[in-house]
Amino acid sequence: MTQNWIEIGQLDDIPYLGSRVVKTGGTDIAIFKTATGAIFALEDKCPHKGGPLSQGIVHGKSVSCPLHNWNISLENGEALGADKGCSHVILTQIRGDKVYLEFPRQSKATGTDG
Amino acid sequence: MKKKLVIIGNGMAGMRALEELLKIAPKEYDVTVFGAEPHVNYNRIMLSPVLAGEQKFDDIVINDQAWYDDNDITLFSGEKITAINRPNKTIISDNDRIIPYDTLWIATGSDPFIIPVPGKELDGVVTFRDIKDVDEMIEASNTYENAVVIGGGLLGLEAAYGLKQNGMNVTVIHLADTLMERQLDEAAGYLLKSDLESRGITILTEANTKELIGKDRVEAIKLADGTTIPADLVVMAVGIRPSISLAQKAGIDCNRGVVVNDHLQTSDPDIFAVGECAEHRGQVYGLVSPLYEMGRALAGFMAGYNSHYRGSVTSTKLKVTGVELFSAGDFSGGKGTEDIVLRDARRGVYKRLVLKDDRIIGTVLYGDVTDGPWYFQLLKDKDKIDDIRDHLIFGQSLAMGDTAVDPLAAVTALPLEAEICGCNGVSKGTIISAINEKGLTSLDKVRAHTKASASCGSCTHLVEQVMALTLGDGYEAPTATPMCGCTDHTHDDVRHLILLNTLREIPAVMQALQWKTPNGCSKCRPALNYYLIAAWPGEYKDDYQSRYINERVHANIQKDGTYSVIPRMWGGLTNPAELRAIADVVDKFNIPTVKVTGGQRINLLGIEKQNLPGVWADLNAAGMVSGHAYGKSLRTVKTCVGQEWCRFGTQMSMGMGVELEKMTWGSWTPHKFKMAVSGCPRNCAEATIKDFGVVAVDSGWELHVGGNGGMHVKACDLLCKVETDQEVKDYAAAFMQLYREEGHYLERTAPWVDRVGLDSIKKRIVDDPVNRKKLIERFHISQMGNQEDPWAERAQDSVHAHEFKPLADVG
Ligand code: SRM
Ligand SMILES: Cc1cc2nc3c(=O)[nH]c(=O)nc-3n(C[C@H](O)[C@H](O)[C@H](O)COP(=O)(O)OP(=O)(O)OC[C@H]3O[C@@H](n4cnc5c(N)ncnc54)[C@H](O)[C@@H]3O)c2cc1C
Ligand code: SF4
Ligand code: FES
Repeated sequence: MTQNWIEIGQLDDIPYLGSRVVKTGGTDIAIFKTATGAIFALEDKCPHKGGPLSQGIVHGKSVSCPLHNWNISLENGEALGADKGCSHVILTQIRGDKVYLEFPRQSKATGTDG
Repeated sequence: MKKKLVIIGNGMAGMRALEELLKIAPKEYDVTVFGAEPHVNYNRIMLSPVLAGEQKFDDIVINDQAWYDDNDITLFSGEKITAINRPNKTIISDNDRIIPYDTLWIATGSDPFIIPVPGKELDGVVTFRDIKDVDEMIEASNTYENAVVIGGGLLGLEAAYGLKQNGMNVTVIHLADTLMERQLDEAAGYLLKSDLESRGITILTEANTKELIGKDRVEAIKLADGTTIPADLVVMAVGIRPSISLAQKAGIDCNRGVVVNDHLQTSDPDIFAVGECAEHRGQVYGLVSPLYEMGRALAGFMAGYNSHYRGSVTSTKLKVTGVELFSAGDFSGGKGTEDIVLRDARRGVYKRLVLKDDRIIGTVLYGDVTDGPWYFQLLKDKDKIDDIRDHLIFGQSLAMGDTAVDPLAAVTALPLEAEICGCNGVSKGTIISAINEKGLTSLDKVRAHTKASASCGSCTHLVEQVMALTLGDGYEAPTATPMCGCTDHTHDDVRHLILLNTLREIPAVMQALQWKTPNGCSKCRPALNYYLIAAWPGEYKDDYQSRYINERVHANIQKDGTYSVIPRMWGGLTNPAELRAIADVVDKFNIPTVKVTGGQRINLLGIEKQNLPGVWADLNAAGMVSGHAYGKSLRTVKTCVGQEWCRFGTQMSMGMGVELEKMTWGSWTPHKFKMAVSGCPRNCAEATIKDFGVVAVDSGWELHVGGNGGMHVKACDLLCKVETDQEVKDYAAAFMQLYREEGHYLERTAPWVDRVGLDSIKKRIVDDPVNRKKLIERFHISQMGNQEDPWAERAQDSVHAHEFKPLADVG
């Protein structure tokens, strides 16, 4: 798999302690910004019942799912605490004031993502 | 013959590099310096103290004319270079002077960035970069009153402080929501803001300049939200751009800055760039220490050594007298990082260390910066800290000393007369003797007997440590349930301390009450946001990122991520125009489900998030507003048909319901709040399982409170009987306000009434007319400004427009 960085927007367009959505052909991607400006991306799908994590409350380096309040680590997508499950992590990169996401080329072509 | 070195720029980087070169190769070059400013080389950093009147220009000169003379340096000051002619290896000045070079240094620094707003060229609009700017500001402060500084970064705040010292009214306009957001995290930014505000500087965050107004001289500044602020002086301190135009015109590789390699060499091997104008490994700098490191490497290379510059890690301080702040490295807290946070509310101290792989990678210190240099050294040296980790945050002396093993060591070490509770002046000795003499074993008892930690509560932890020390195993740790894992305080404590200490923002609460996490969690943030709304009506600015999604976007999220929309139907009444508009909007947006709710209104389900503003716009057009079906707020007021139609009705229940709803809609409450009005004791509106239920009787109305349908069905208790419609409204307002002021977040009225007791509520509302009146007043004050339809704001003015649009579509 080759790396494929795609520019998805300006750093400033993502609110602190908030999130934005990137639409893809398949599962949406949620881009998060912490209080300190760190950027993370996860597939926008809670490991519990598929809740849109982008709509959750961001705190520290985790997000609380809007549907049943599971806490998901932004770093590795793992459910925290007693809950078990994992959301797919998408690599991010900040160049200047732009945010890039990594899309594995193959998965898009073969539709095996998510 | 000596080689000719020509330096463009008589500033800090160029001259420091030259000093370094003269130290190691004093005679090698014949040096000529051009400086656009008509001055010798001075310390630009110290312009801030000059502005504040703490120093004079003479104090900040680094190298006077004698230095140039003694070292045979030819200085052309007040002369600007206009072009570099690389084929001929000459440069040309604005005096048409042409000088040849063998080696050329570009040390042109940066240009302040001017935001492109109308009015930017008016008199009285200045930047903050050189002595000329400072002179202009000081002069303005002699004549004029109002200054506005655009930019709440290091430069802007130093300018604001200086102008304040010169007696001006100063307002800082800052785009981001925290000051110095590149150097400080939210918590430290908050402390800085309150420090500056206490010095009389007004600070507006999330404020965007739209226009400068004035005829010849600037008179006012207008913000994007329409606010106008009088301004006779506007300082633009929004950032700097490396000054690269000379190099660009000469065809030298430039990116953000003039691109250099590790020898500071540009794409032309005879031309070097040093200072803020240089870009090294993709990085440009705006502080002097990296420029000094560049200078050393450049001088070494010029003197024939194989010296390299490998980039710098920087740290920041703010030169505002009395403000202690230190920040270094990366504290954005990316992947794999951990935080250690210490807050000492009484001393106004906040310390945060960011660790990765057992090493410090970033730090923010506020209020106590003594250990800044030590942390910075550990950071730069990439030292492993796992051995001293437990005590690292307490600073070098404790972490490195042998007291480091016992967590109670710091308290043990305190002398008996050391003050533990500042509010009530209680010493360690007093607490210990009270414990021993009276046999106290719990915090509550210690509080009751000594008053220690009974006021602001910020020393609670210390008091507990003294107890643990004195009692050993006999100490009963407190049992009250804290709000969440981020704090030891209970909901009641937090509400109480917010008022007692006039805490007005979430970061203020977290700092003062010593939160254990940098920015709370999904439990405490919404609760704090509500408590602040209730405590400071009209003043507190809602923190929407601390709201649950439904309240953030004013719709209910559904299991598939779509939303539902429930418009208000006053008292459960509707009409053909509303129904038509609903039918039209359902057709237009292909809304899959339309349902009548249990709350007597109509729910439109399955709407895509991006369609919400469109749906709302159409509903607004027909006069409908949000039903707040998503809010911890007033929900519905159900009614029955009542005396208006019903053959048994004794009062106008529909009319009463509509009036109650018109009075209370938009109000935020600890949990949802529902009302109902029935026209007779048959009670078809189910008023006796509502938070506030009204049942008509022949002689007037019965008022019932604290009922609940839902999971644990509970019938209301009778509060009292009243005669007039006005009394119904007054009691509703008083009851709702008491609940707003006392309920724990997410506690419905039923458990709240159980907790405080119906008698206590009756005593304060029914038996005490003065108190009832005060509650009613406070309710109405809190309602001011609350009845703006949140849908309309989003449908028209695109408040939070970003919520409803994807950032990108890469599908
Ligand atoms: C839409 C509606 C059902 C319906 O189709 O009728 C409804 C839907 C939900 N109710 Fe309800 N409740 C609805 C009337 C009621 C009623 C009846 C009433 O208001 O007269 C009750 C019982 C009365 C009461 O509250 O005491 C009711 C008691 C609850 C409860 C239990 C509350 C409790 O204190 O025990 C919950 C759970 C909660 O709030 O934690 C709940 C929670 C919910 C939530 C918000 C679940 C959730 O958290 O997502 C549902 C949202 C669906 C959505 O997104 O639209 N809903 N819910 C009703 C909206 C009324 C409206 O017009 O605003
Ligand atoms: C008010 C203020 C406070 C500061 N506080 C701090 C601080 O606390 N800590 C810190 O580390 N840094 C601070 N800085 C930043 C620091 O001053 C700069 O990083 C440093 O001065 C940059 O050095 P330089 O030589 O690259 O640029 P400069 O010092 O700006 O020197 C460049 C010089 O080149 C001249 N020039 C430009 N173009 C031409 C041309 N074509 N021909 C001839 N001459 C030209 C300019 O007139 C200027 O004199 C502060 C800056 C300011 C303005
Ligand atoms: S009763 Fe349960 S399923 Fe039905 S709307 Fe209320 S919360 Fe949802
Ligand atoms: S779907 Fe996320 S917690 Fe249930």
